[in-house]
Amino acid sequence: MIVTATVGQQAQAAARASDVWKVYGSGEAQVIALRGVSAEFERGRFTAIMGPSGSGKSTLMHCLAGLDSVTRGTVMIGDTTVTGLGDAGLTKLRRDKVGFIFQQFNLLPTLTAQENILLPLSIAGRKPDPAWYDTVIDTVGLRERLGHRPAQLSGGQQQRVACARALVARPEVIFADEPTGNLDSRSGAEVLNFLRNSVREHGQTIVMVTHDPTAAAYADRVVFLADGEIVSELIEPTADTVLDTMKKLDAPAEVGN
Amino acid sequence: MFRATLKSLLARKLRLLLSGLAVVLGVMFVSGAFVLTDTLGRSFDAVFSDAFSDVDVNVAGKPKVALSEVEGEQVAAPVPASVVDRVKAVPGVADVQGVVNTDGARLIGSNGKVVTSFGPPQLGENWLGESDLVKLREGRAPQADDEIVVNVALAEAAKVKVGDRVGVLTLAPKKEFTLVGVFGYSGGRDSVGGVNEVAFTTPVAQQLMLGKPGVFSNVTAQAAGGTTPEALRDQVARSLGADYEVKTGKQLADDASAGLKEGLSFFNKILLGFAAVALLVGTFLILNTFSIIVAQRTRELALMRAIGASGRQVIGSVVLEAVAVGLIASVLGLAAGIGVGALLAYLFGKLAGGLTLAGLGVPPAAVIGAFAVGTVITVVAALLPALRASRIPPIAAMQDVATPDRPLTKVTVGGSVVTAIGAGLLFLGLGGHAGDNTLATILGGVLFAFIGVALLTPLISRPVVALLGTIFAWSVPGKLGRLNSGRNPRRTAITAAALMVGIALVTGVTVILDSAKGSISALAEDTIKAELVISGAQAGPRPPSFDPAVLEKAAAIPGVRLVDGEYGDMATLNGERTWVAASSDVAALEKIFGAKATAGDISRLNPDQMLLSSDTAKSRNLAVGSTVNVQLSRGEARTYTVSGIYESSQLTNPVVLPPQAATDFAIPQPIQGFVQLAPGTSVAAVQPQVERLLADSPEVSVADRAAFIKQQTSQLDTPLRMIQILLALAIVIAVLGIINTLALSVLERTRELGLLRAIGLRRAQTMRMITVEAVVISIFGALLGVVVGTGLGAAVVRALKDEGITDLVLPWGQMVTFLVLAAIIGVVAAVLPAIRAARINVLGAIAHD
Ligand SMILES: Nc1ncnc2c1ncn2[C@@H]1O[C@H](COP(=O)(O)OP(=O)(O)O)[C@@H](O)[C@H]1O
Ligand SMILES: [Mg+2]
Repeated sequence: MIVTATVGQQAQAAARASDVWKVYGSGEAQVIALRGVSAEFERGRFTAIMGPSGSGKSTLMHCLAGLDSVTRGTVMIGDTTVTGLGDAGLTKLRRDKVGFIFQQFNLLPTLTAQENILLPLSIAGRKPDPAWYDTVIDTVGLRERLGHRPAQLSGGQQQRVACARALVARPEVIFADEPTGNLDSRSGAEVLNFLRNSVREHGQTIVMVTHDPTAAAYADRVVFLADGEIVSELIEPTADTVLDTMKKLDAPAEVGN
Repeated sequence: MFRATLKSLLARKLRLLLSGLAVVLGVMFVSGAFVLTDTLGRSFDAVFSDAFSDVDVNVAGKPKVALSEVEGEQVAAPVPASVVDRVKAVPGVADVQGVVNTDGARLIGSNGKVVTSFGPPQLGENWLGESDLVKLREGRAPQADDEIVVNVALAEAAKVKVGDRVGVLTLAPKKEFTLVGVFGYSGGRDSVGGVNEVAFTTPVAQQLMLGKPGVFSNVTAQAAGGTTPEALRDQVARSLGADYEVKTGKQLADDASAGLKEGLSFFNKILLGFAAVALLVGTFLILNTFSIIVAQRTRELALMRAIGASGRQVIGSVVLEAVAVGLIASVLGLAAGIGVGALLAYLFGKLAGGLTLAGLGVPPAAVIGAFAVGTVITVVAALLPALRASRIPPIAAMQDVATPDRPLTKVTVGGSVVTAIGAGLLFLGLGGHAGDNTLATILGGVLFAFIGVALLTPLISRPVVALLGTIFAWSVPGKLGRLNSGRNPRRTAITAAALMVGIALVTGVTVILDSAKGSISALAEDTIKAELVISGAQAGPRPPSFDPAVLEKAAAIPGVRLVDGEYGDMATLNGERTWVAASSDVAALEKIFGAKATAGDISRLNPDQMLLSSDTAKSRNLAVGSTVNVQLSRGEARTYTVSGIYESSQLTNPVVLPPQAATDFAIPQPIQGFVQLAPGTSVAAVQPQVERLLADSPEVSVADRAAFIKQQTSQLDTPLRMIQILLALAIVIAVLGIINTLALSVLERTRELGLLRAIGLRRAQTMRMITVEAVVISIFGALLGVVVGTGLGAAVVRALKDEGITDLVLPWGQMVTFLVLAAIIGVVAAVLPAIRAARINVLGAIAHD
């Protein structure tokens, strides 16, 4: 069974993949990481991409964000066609339209938290909107820690700084790859709450890759990947429904038809 | 463990090659020096054994004043013609020649200038006819008093041909001769070892080269069949007595060759000095490379520990890597050294006028030196990082290793101690408290000072780099680059220290030489009261001289008040060697050089009187009225009475003899002339008139005082340039170090660079960031170098205060140049690492583990 995610209207899509294929290597060593994935990610919503390890989650995210090229198909961010952009175009895209949160090593060790947060803006030569900046800082709750360097912050605090950095530029879409993968459950919950709030209260678009059902439950919608294909999706998920779907996907008899 | 080491070595070959390059260069100098001296040494041996091949026994007079190579040309006492007959009478002698053959025959070329030589003598001799060695190539032998023949190389250098009238300067002023022939040597050679030769008829040669008729410089004899040269030598020596030195041709060849080899060993020492500088800088580089490699391999090494490797095995793996790098660098360095040695030997042979080179040889010393130096230096430099590697805990494999900011206390304390030792040694050496070991003490002091400052650098680097960085902090990439250069003080420090060494040495030497120049010109400016000066630039061991008749004629020019010609010679005073001068007009001492009498009368001098400087009088324990036995280069010893003593200064000679004494000087002609004009006389009017008088003395010219002072001090420019060029090598090595550090840093920060690119840093901005880091490091190094160099230079200048270097002149222009140069070096060094950083694949970097 191939399920094409079709939630939302085209005009509202912050990011869109159409029939995206991604093939690594060739011959014997060939790996097909994505097999004709089509998906849309609505503006102002929090979407999780779930799936077992090796199912192509990260690959899909990298392709969507223009970090990796697709073998076939097209990717769009807002009204920009990402596929076919050169380095300069991709750099501009990342500056203006995309924010990132990685699993780890999100921050520059030489800069303070505040400098890290403002880095994308200063690189682009833009000034932060002071009101928005204040809002972001207050939401992440790091005002006292702004002068600290990454080494002086806990893992959860570091990830919150990374979130703030992604948010402060108000990108079209933020991509997060297992942002809580390295955190304990409490810090993880803090970060996830923060991400959900930024969607609910400020209309930010977030696409998050995770393999943790609890984390996925924070999203408005979950897209399931298996073997490089979208196999299912859930709207308004809970940890239980996500877990159920995962179990179903794991049982091969029930999938594929 | 061995395989793991080998694998990691291969994985980082480029990096290691880069740091190994410094060792390669150092080793190249070491082995190059040995190869050069060996090749040239054997070439000299061959040349001289050939040149003296037709001499079995040689008889020469003992020198009146024995001099070493550096003190000047030694003048042998002439041998009376009667010795020829006495030798002829010795049984076993087949043939005897009286030979005139001494240095100092300067041919004037067709352009009116004297043909100069850098080193090889310019011999004036009597023509002894053709032999197995000497062959006329063109023309005929000299027969009349105004006929000469010269060797082919000299005729070509002077651009003269058979039939030309040519001028020759000898002990006598310029004389004109007809060139009636040119000669060469067996094997088609145009000269023997670059020596220029002018051959006169025997009486003319005796008069012009030895100063009197009926004497020879030496007498050569050939043994009859059945008599060995050694046996004949002993026979001749017995019959002539102790007044003469009797040697075999082989001994002569060995002596001559040994003299040149002494000069070569000086050259050898210079090359070894540069090898030392290259290796010192290289040590910093290797230390840095291995430190970074160990830091980068922390996880890998920790994993090894976790799976059971001992700390010793970890050290072993790092040291093994160092040995491999050292060996490879030594092999490459040796090969390069052989190439450089051969090239230098070839150039030297060319410069020396076609020295036929013996085959290229690689002496054992070159091989042993190369491997010892290359391997030992590399291993020693890698030892510290190896120790650090062994202390990595196994747990580091599991942890996310943030490089902890280790406290700098230990390094700083160590650095202070080492710097203090260096300063102490410098104080001892420069203060003249180290006796015979002065040079070693000073060099040791400089070495310790460098290492000490290098150890202190991490501490200094924080504030200085922050300050330097603010200059570049106006853009985001600039700011990131500045922060990067400050993030690992040790690494920045060692990289900068490598650059410091070269720049400090150049700055130090420049400070010393500029101060010397400044002091001399200030003194000359203040004291020399002569409007015009006659002098020439010295090329080779012999100072230029001019016709003494010029002095009288110049004195007759209207408006000239006083003319003084200065003569000089090495003599013995009561058996001790010293430099003595004679003034054509003693009054000049007061009137031109501003000397002040401290005892007796220094305004006049009888033929049997002498004047002393106060220093000489004191050190020799002499006073007005003392009698002194003086032996000059020529003639018999004479007794003079001290009639006056003057205050010593930089411009006064230790001893002044009456003008009559100059005829017995090695060079019996004035070497400098000073012309004082009456007030109101135009210098421009007198100068051309004096110039005309010098038409027959092409070695010298007349200049106004300012030009003369400039000419005198500009003699220091040549050594300065040479040192600067050679030390540029140390700077080049340091640039390699900067490239290396940056390349390694870029590699280390792959993930970070990926992140920056992911959040929107453009390629050009990435490159700018790396460039700023490089520029900050190199300017920091240059700044350190300038400061340390100035300190060292100033210390030496202070120590030389008594030698007359009274003014400290700081070369501000040069210092600014170095800083600008450093900025350029930084930009250049950043090119490759920056391109590499800009090319980093964003996705790959983020996924990088
Ligand atoms: N650079 C690559 N080269 C080859 N295969 C890759 C590469 N990156 C990912 N893959 C493969 O593509 C598939 C999907 O990987 P990935 O997207 O990282 O999975 P997930 O993030 O869901 O764990 C896996 O089979 C993985 O081995
Ligand atoms: Mg993944």
